[in-house]
Amino acid sequence: MPHEETVYDALDHAHGGEGHWAFGTGFDEPLAGVDTTVPDGVDPADLGAYCLMLGDDALVLAQRLTQWITAAPELEEEVAIGNTALDLLGQARLLLARAGSVGVLGRSRETATASIPDEDALAYFRDADEFRSTGLVAAQNGDFGQTVVRLLVASTVRLAVFARLRESRDPVLAAIAAKGVNELAYHRDHAARWVLRLGDGTEESHRRAQAGADAVWPLLADVLTATDVERRLVAAGVAVDPADVREEVHDVLTTVLERATLRVPAWPADTPPRGRAGEHGPELAALLETLQGLARRHPAATW
Amino acid sequence: MSAPTLDRPTDEAALQQRFDATIAADRRIEPRDWMPDGYRKTLVRQIAQHAHSEIIGMQPEGDWLLAAPSLRRKAILLAKVQDEAGHGMYLYSAAETLGADRADLTDKLIEQKQKYSSIFNYPTLTYADVGVIGWLVDGAAICNQVPLCRSSYGPYARAMIRICKEESFHQRQGYELLMTMMGGTEEQRAMVQDAVDRWWWPSLMMFGPPDDDSPNSAQSMAWGIKRHSNDELRQRYVDMSVPQAQFLGVTLPDPDLHWDEETGHWRFGPIDWAEFKQVVSGNGPANAERIRRRRAARDDNAWVTEAATAYARKHAGAVTEGAA
Repeated sequence: MPHEETVYDALDHAHGGEGHWAFGTGFDEPLAGVDTTVPDGVDPADLGAYCLMLGDDALVLAQRLTQWITAAPELEEEVAIGNTALDLLGQARLLLARAGSVGVLGRSRETATASIPDEDALAYFRDADEFRSTGLVAAQNGDFGQTVVRLLVASTVRLAVFARLRESRDPVLAAIAAKGVNELAYHRDHAARWVLRLGDGTEESHRRAQAGADAVWPLLADVLTATDVERRLVAAGVAVDPADVREEVHDVLTTVLERATLRVPAWPADTPPRGRAGEHGPELAALLETLQGLARRHPAATW
Repeated sequence: MSAPTLDRPTDEAALQQRFDATIAADRRIEPRDWMPDGYRKTLVRQIAQHAHSEIIGMQPEGDWLLAAPSLRRKAILLAKVQDEAGHGMYLYSAAETLGADRADLTDKLIEQKQKYSSIFNYPTLTYADVGVIGWLVDGAAICNQVPLCRSSYGPYARAMIRICKEESFHQRQGYELLMTMMGGTEEQRAMVQDAVDRWWWPSLMMFGPPDDDSPNSAQSMAWGIKRHSNDELRQRYVDMSVPQAQFLGVTLPDPDLHWDEETGHWRFGPIDWAEFKQVVSGNGPANAERIRRRRAARDDNAWVTEAATAYARKHAGAVTEGAA
């Protein structure tokens, strides 16, 4: 039988009977088979809240990057942005599932039906004031220059935190961080290469990259300030104090911007955490409306 | 085209003869082989149209990326749309082996001098459309494309093998979404039926005009670029899809659809070719939007491409100076 015929057969008859293509139907919990016991001396509410901070950052940035799909400068970039968004989405799913596994679901369960898994209850059925993402990831994309500068800054911070989180006393968080480090190193590298090309490309691209940096830097104001939750978890050996990564982040960003012939904007003065405390601007509410609208209109549906 | 060498015939007739012999023996033509101009042009047209279809095809499903109703569905859809960008890339590369240029082909798409599959000019109204596009549209595409894995032009045939594998995966994912939705609420089942009602006929049109009205088919068949006629492939698709629809529990919107015992085929009603012509000639519901968005991606980001080129030029220079 020629190859072609066997392909049609596989499409048509080979899966006949009850199994008819419906393989993979049903939902695999991202943490299925993982021991989700909370380590001694750790407050599950704190652990869950911390997972929401890291998970929401990933979810919101994945959503922002996805806005570029079908609008990117090159097909290669469609693929690269899609990849980055997929990695972040994967991190978000694991972290939200971890929060759910320790019982941190906020008000989401008031509206999400029982058939909706924890990760989706948290992603789709929390209001903006329950999100713990920072303003750095929620801000609008701007042009491609601002987008890659934001990706550089966000992935530099996240990579520095995840590298340290590999030593977390929570083995689930440590494993999520270990997986994430490789992904984030790629994201940072990809973004840095674009910042170099744009900064040291044409006059226009230099101007735009500089404007992007000037727009993104102020968003760092509350990103490296620890919340009370983080402080308690740092003491318990579970979390990373964001203040500890400040020097590394500063050095990496300065190196990249200088090589890109860009002026390094002034580092903003520290402010108390806003996004981590659930205070967000209208841009997050708008982003969530798009993200959540369909799922909320059909709370009893299975997808 | 490669330079003639000593052991190669140099006159056109002998080259043509060698080309014909390769086709007759069902062997592959490779980029450096001599080929008739018509063969080259036909291939560039077909491969470019296919590449454009992959890229434009990212849009209707891409419209649901931000709103996918679960994180798992979002990840599946994002990976699929990303695959389509990848398919576009291989196909543009295959066209480039024939002397075409990706940027130039993109310009031709935007200026509407080259076409893409008309199916992507229909809008995606509900999330069920994502599943139906996977099941029916990707299903029809596979029926069209599997024979192209044996296309006489090597780079195209090889690209198609990988593309078909991924398309087949997408088709199953689409079907799986529909199965899940059919097992959900009454409202979800209605969404699936509505999407099937809207996409079934356009999917039949994906095989192109009927054989007696398909101007380029005969030559393409003779060249081994095309392996089966439009009507043959359409029939194969219908025969494949009817049992799948039955298993899924949806009705195909064709009152004339019936099993023909004698021939062993599902017979279907007349296709509205007037609608097909409208959509092909640019009057479909979403033609203008599809092109507008592709144009915006090119024009709004032209400065990025220019910067990358300028940077590469500067730094290629730096490497040469360093090496000197």
